[in-house]
Amino acid sequence: MSSSYLPVLILLGVSVANAVGMLVASHVLNPRRPTPEKEMPYESGMIPLGDTRARFSVKFYMVALSFIIFDLETVFLIPWAVAARSLGWQAFAAVAVFTGVLVVGLIYEWRKGVLDWK
Amino acid sequence: MTLQLASSANLALVLLPEIVLSVAAMVVLLASVRIQKAEADATDRARSLGGLALAGLLAAAVANGWLHWVSPEGEPGMITLDAFGLFANWVFLLGAALTILVSFPYVARQGLQPGEFYALILLATVGMMIMAGTTNLILLFLALETMSIAAYVLTAFHRGERKSAEAGIKYFILGAFSSAFLLYGIALVWGGAGTVDLREIAATVEAGAGFNGLVLAGMGLLGVGFAFKVGAAPFHMWTPDVYEGAPSPSTAFMAAAVKAASFAAFLRVFTEAFSSLYESWYPVVWWMAALTMVVANLIALTQSNVKRMLAYSSLAHGGYLLVGVASANEIATASILFYLLVYTIMTLGAFGVLMIVSEHGESRFQVEDYAGFGASQPLLGVLFTIFLLSLAGFPGTGGFMGKIFLLQGAAESHLWTLAVILALTTVVSYYYYLRVAWYVWMRPAPAGALAAWAPVSVTAVLMGCAGVLIFLGIFPSGLLNGALTAAHGLWLRGLDAGLSGLVR
Repeated sequence: MSSSYLPVLILLGVSVANAVGMLVASHVLNPRRPTPEKEMPYESGMIPLGDTRARFSVKFYMVALSFIIFDLETVFLIPWAVAARSLGWQAFAAVAVFTGVLVVGLIYEWRKGVLDWK
Repeated sequence: MTLQLASSANLALVLLPEIVLSVAAMVVLLASVRIQKAEADATDRARSLGGLALAGLLAAAVANGWLHWVSPEGEPGMITLDAFGLFANWVFLLGAALTILVSFPYVARQGLQPGEFYALILLATVGMMIMAGTTNLILLFLALETMSIAAYVLTAFHRGERKSAEAGIKYFILGAFSSAFLLYGIALVWGGAGTVDLREIAATVEAGAGFNGLVLAGMGLLGVGFAFKVGAAPFHMWTPDVYEGAPSPSTAFMAAAVKAASFAAFLRVFTEAFSSLYESWYPVVWWMAALTMVVANLIALTQSNVKRMLAYSSLAHGGYLLVGVASANEIATASILFYLLVYTIMTLGAFGVLMIVSEHGESRFQVEDYAGFGASQPLLGVLFTIFLLSLAGFPGTGGFMGKIFLLQGAAESHLWTLAVILALTTVVSYYYYLRVAWYVWMRPAPAGALAAWAPVSVTAVLMGCAGVLIFLGIFPSGLLNGALTAAHGLWLRGLDAGLSGLVR
């Protein structure tokens, strides 16, 4: 049983050796001529604008949280939808409860005013 | 009545208290946004939402009581229906209900959002009930996270206060850390035994069929995870800061119910799955118990902040309970259940008075602030003294009987040294509990001090708590018999799986 995992182990070894080798080789072989531009943090070629710890409005986090919740909902719903007929009513009930709980959360969020972008 | 577990509708009935409570939490949340629109007064809002939450807890309690009459038939799923889980559920429901009852004025006065606050308490209770009832390590982890995440939010609930936010971050980071230990332990146990079901693990270990080294390593990591959650000695560093910074009702809830749930899960896992490895884990628990009792009691001696002193006191009680875990016999398990119930009542009572003295806010925690409290509020002074005496383990109170039963369990397993440490540290603890009582009664109030106030409902609840404590101190047998039945069921199943490691 364990011998069938040997190729995985070899692949792991080769990829680790490859990555480490590239880093070490470039560190050893590369000539160093630092300039202020090269020392800057890399932000896709832009000149950095300021501190990384900028403060965002809490609205962004609310939207991000809602997005993650409903994004994850699809992760559960799509596999169920694909196999809905063979899974039967019991799975339907489970999914209905799951969606119902999420709807309660949505109503709460709505009434709390999270969806108003003010 | 018998319940055929073959049908999945009946499996849902086994989870009835949890389902009722989850629905109640959702109702409380939805009601909170409705009432918010109606612009009601803060006190009324806290009262009506708290009332809803209490109704939910009452309904769950009725469901839990009904489950006592049900005898399941057939193969249980990941949740078992046994007297141990049901007894633990009573402790959690009582802890949640008392927290809500004593914190009405605090919530209203501090402007905490009552809907979210009560809903989180209910959801944490759901997590605890599943923790105590599950026999599956993965479900245990999920339930633990349900409880812990709610507890993190409850800790940081005082959004305006720096200390509360700090406590929340500390608790979150260390809690996540300990959850990682627990999860890694589960993974290793699965690797070693090939299953995450407690009874199957026990059978595999007993038959010597798994990789023993992996199971041992996994068991060690599980132990570390639980030790973090119950605040056992080398892993207790987070507790004082978190308990001090959290809003007082959250602290009371964590010190009572969250700790009780962690102990229930600790007991179930180590009794049902690992009792044949007793020889391997008992020295570790032995040392943790001894260290926790000594360290927590010694540090508590030097505390002048009563809230922090109660945090160390809660650690010390964790140490006493660990003596019961180390003893690992039926009487010890029953005594842990008995002690948890008594401890929940007395801790919540003490925190209830603490909230009154601190004027339902986060100030006046110093022991000097208690000077003259007995003279201005004689009834509350007497109740507070009863709670302190019970926490100290004074004869005639429930706390005393709990310690007697723990000692009996330790004697049954011949853990004499641990029993002596328990008795000696109890004597040490008298100093810091009675020091507060001394300030309450013997010191005059400083000039110009405001008299603390408490609504009649809170006083009535505290009177009920004190009454139950004294009743259990004089007539403990009724509750103890219930605890013994619960413990018997747990040990019987351990023996059914063919375990003999414990019969020494």
